[in-house]
Amino acid sequence: MYMPPRVVTNAEIAARVDRTEEWIENVSGIRERRWADPETSVADLAVAAAEDCLSRAEISAASLGMIIVASGSARAGFPGPAAEVAARLGLDSTPALDVPMASAGSLFALVMASQMTTHFGDVLVIGAEKMSAVLEAHPLDPNTAILFGDGAGAALVSARPGRWEVLDSVLHSDGSFRDALAFNWNSPLRMNGLSVILQATRKLPSAIEEVLARGNVAVGDVPVFLLHQANQNLLMRVAKSLGVPSERVYSNVGRYGNTSSASLLIAAAEWSRENPAAGPVIFSAFGAGLHWGALLARPRE
Amino acid sequence: MPDASRRTRLLAVLKTVTSQPLPDDDEESLFESGLLDSFALPDLVSALEREFSIKVPDRDLNPRKFDSIARMEAYLAEHAA
Repeated sequence: MYMPPRVVTNAEIAARVDRTEEWIENVSGIRERRWADPETSVADLAVAAAEDCLSRAEISAASLGMIIVASGSARAGFPGPAAEVAARLGLDSTPALDVPMASAGSLFALVMASQMTTHFGDVLVIGAEKMSAVLEAHPLDPNTAILFGDGAGAALVSARPGRWEVLDSVLHSDGSFRDALAFNWNSPLRMNGLSVILQATRKLPSAIEEVLARGNVAVGDVPVFLLHQANQNLLMRVAKSLGVPSERVYSNVGRYGNTSSASLLIAAAEWSRENPAAGPVIFSAFGAGLHWGALLARPRE
Repeated sequence: MPDASRRTRLLAVLKTVTSQPLPDDDEESLFESGLLDSFALPDLVSALEREFSIKVPDRDLNPRKFDSIARMEAYLAEHAA
């Protein structure tokens, strides 16, 4: 993972959007986030996270069979950031795929990667977002400016034995609510918070319960739920819906804000560094599209 | 045809998810008036499902359908037994 060093506090945001620090924390659970410098690109963040992941996995980029970069905040146009990331990792023929999807992108990429390893070998999945550029492209809107942060996470998905084994996954999309959360560089980020939260509070627990039922795993046997870090209130709501203690839903949204498609892999990286893998783990995300789903993994025995 | 019992039950459900007094005007937006916020809405929908033994499908999870007492009554008239 890689987080830009500049910490943006609620005090700084509050002053710019005419709100109070307390209001920001109450509605989001966010105390601070990281914003990259103006010169930093999505590819810069992605390369830093990729290098950290490869170093920890003790493998070289040359051994990768594919790279997938999930990002909803890369600059419009082509090529997407994946080709640049691959080139900067020293690769000149490894396929590099963009998943231009906000929030749920790294979950979709993880699921795709888990199905692709038998053909391609090791797949490096990266979620990288510079949401500050999305926010700063237009006058700040208090309802969105308080939420988002920058950062990148990465995970190596391999057919070889690793720390976790992917057991099953479910993915879903419903474009009928595509206007509820949408952005292009020509106009400000649009978010119908009521609609998004109403959908997310149903779809996240539903996808998690679906994949657990398919795997015949009881919700109480899952020690940790690694979710897209959208909003602390939403994470608590998902825990309540699942009937699990809120501390089982990992949270770092208070420190990093909502880093869109990067957040799932950042959460996974932080959690796995701090905790031994014990019991099945759920990855789950929901985002603009709408796209949502869940992945069930367990420690490799 | 207005259903007095349904309305009474709807108002009782609303009072369980908000501590604020309900508006006199059935058409008033409960979100714009601040009576409901984004995290009270999921609670409201779940409470309506329990009270009226209905399942609100995801495609109906549109805040506009639950924006006012009048709109909720209309939704329940169509979907609740």
